[in-house]
Amino acid sequence: MDATRKKKVSRFSAHIVLIIASFFFMIPFIWMVSTSLKPLTQVFTFPPEWIPKPVKWSNYIDAMNYIPFFTYLKNTIIITVLSTVGAVLSCPIVAYSFAKLTWPGRNILFIITIGVMMIPGQVTMIPLFLLFEKLGMVGTPYPLILPAFFGIPFYIFLLRQFFMGLPDSLREAAKIDGASEFRIYWQIMLPLAKPAVLAVGLFQFMASWTDFIGPLLYLTDSVQYTLSLGLQQFQSQKGSEWGLMMAVSTMMTIPVVILFFFLQKTFIKGITFSGIK
Amino acid sequence: MLLPENQSSGGAVIKVKGNMPLAENMNSPKTEPNNQINITAKKRLANWGKYKTGFLFASPWIIGLLVFYAIPLVSSIYFSFTTYSILQPGEFIGLQNYKELMNDELFWKSVYNTVYFAVFYVPLGIIFGVALAMMLNMKVKGMAVYRTIFFLPTLVPHVALAVLWMWLLNPGFGLVNGILSTIGIEGPSWLGSETWSKPSLILMSLWGIGQAVVIYLAGLGDIPEDYYDAANVDGANWFQKTFHITLPLLTPVIFFNLVMGIIGAFQQFTLPYTLTQGKGTPANSLTFYVMYLYDNGFKFFKMGYASAMAWVLFLIVMALTAFVFITSKRWVHYQGK
Repeated sequence: MDATRKKKVSRFSAHIVLIIASFFFMIPFIWMVSTSLKPLTQVFTFPPEWIPKPVKWSNYIDAMNYIPFFTYLKNTIIITVLSTVGAVLSCPIVAYSFAKLTWPGRNILFIITIGVMMIPGQVTMIPLFLLFEKLGMVGTPYPLILPAFFGIPFYIFLLRQFFMGLPDSLREAAKIDGASEFRIYWQIMLPLAKPAVLAVGLFQFMASWTDFIGPLLYLTDSVQYTLSLGLQQFQSQKGSEWGLMMAVSTMMTIPVVILFFFLQKTFIKGITFSGIK
Repeated sequence: MLLPENQSSGGAVIKVKGNMPLAENMNSPKTEPNNQINITAKKRLANWGKYKTGFLFASPWIIGLLVFYAIPLVSSIYFSFTTYSILQPGEFIGLQNYKELMNDELFWKSVYNTVYFAVFYVPLGIIFGVALAMMLNMKVKGMAVYRTIFFLPTLVPHVALAVLWMWLLNPGFGLVNGILSTIGIEGPSWLGSETWSKPSLILMSLWGIGQAVVIYLAGLGDIPEDYYDAANVDGANWFQKTFHITLPLLTPVIFFNLVMGIIGAFQQFTLPYTLTQGKGTPANSLTFYVMYLYDNGFKFFKMGYASAMAWVLFLIVMALTAFVFITSKRWVHYQGK
């Protein structure tokens, strides 16, 4: 067997392995989409019918009427967008300070930051809840948005690693030209860290979009609910409306899938643990 | 602060890059003799000018660290010694909450469930995660599509995932038992059975390891191509390349995901909560630590008690993390600079 032929065979077998494995990972998604188009009676049949007939598009419209879909969507978008903006504004500048600027206590603070990543969220959950209660913010989306503006340790860590990998020479050159530290950061270093900023943004977007425990704790009035809380209502109100629930789930999932598909390469490039690339 | 000692020692953590200049150039200038105090003050001022930007840039996080982490952490110790709840101010009762915990059967049950989950989930998650990442790192066409597919289960809302699994694992009409019966095996009742409910949950969780896979993928991308080129010249086969290049050089990332995996496993909440509508059925076999903590704090409003649980959890996680850090010296390899 010559080399090119061998390569072809190995590439072919790689695809076979990937396709078989993909199948397993697609089941939840396919099932979700197919259920979203089924009448209730067809949902739990055996053997399962993957292709609904007839295709019940009306599930999507019914779902939007069953829960106040657009209110929940609006709430979800507001929380997700604002918390992502918060994380993307605060984390890079802090990370940059950790990576490139010198100040007393910097390294100790960075070690503490890594340590904070290891604190289970539940440890601070109750005092934080009480803090927000005192501030009168329970029952508002602020507790789900505000903390992102003050930095999130995991993201600060990722971004710092990325900034560490960028050369100092650019910074020094700009400094000689008389640029202020902020300008150096904003116009030179931040654009170079785009992949990492994007990774952080996407992480935060996904976490916030599907967050369940946060809204469960802080959103008390159903007018403020997010979609992930709204999904539960298909189960508890009058029996279970699986088809409608999956219609909303599908509508929730598609935008994130598209985002991931187009950004995955940059996204993965943005995560670095050594920067020796 | 609350960190295992050795964490600061250079490479122990997920390779903290760059050297860590400590004492000398970090502290304020060495104190000069008394008669030069003016000069020192001037120097200090000049130094502040130099350091100002760094502080300023880091200030959001310094505030965030204090307000959202340090103060809550300290106050949760205090709450754990009281009968605090939102409804009443609460009294100081010393170690009473902790003593009560030790005699709380459901507490021990939740510890058992959580440890059971972690013991299986964490190692399996690493094995599957690394294997998947290696598959998704092959150089074939259409990788963006494959990667997205493997990431799909992470993107599906948990509530929907829970329903899907209730259907897949339904003893009567579920797909899994249907397939098992065609090959002559009578499947268990999975989520309805005390013995099988936790394995079911482990299975479900393994499906959602996309996030860890992305991190492994990034780690694989960090391994320089030269190593493989050199190995190819030497005629190394796939096994040799995997076990002598890929895996050793991936250990820092495996280490990171191991620590994160342990923390995540102990925080298991959304999936079992939505799966059992917060009840942990059957027979509390799916009552996980954080579910019980949540119930105590926000259903029974025993916030003091829940804070004590939070601290026990914190100590467990810290002890495990410290253990992992100590052993990491033996198995984590860092690429030389």
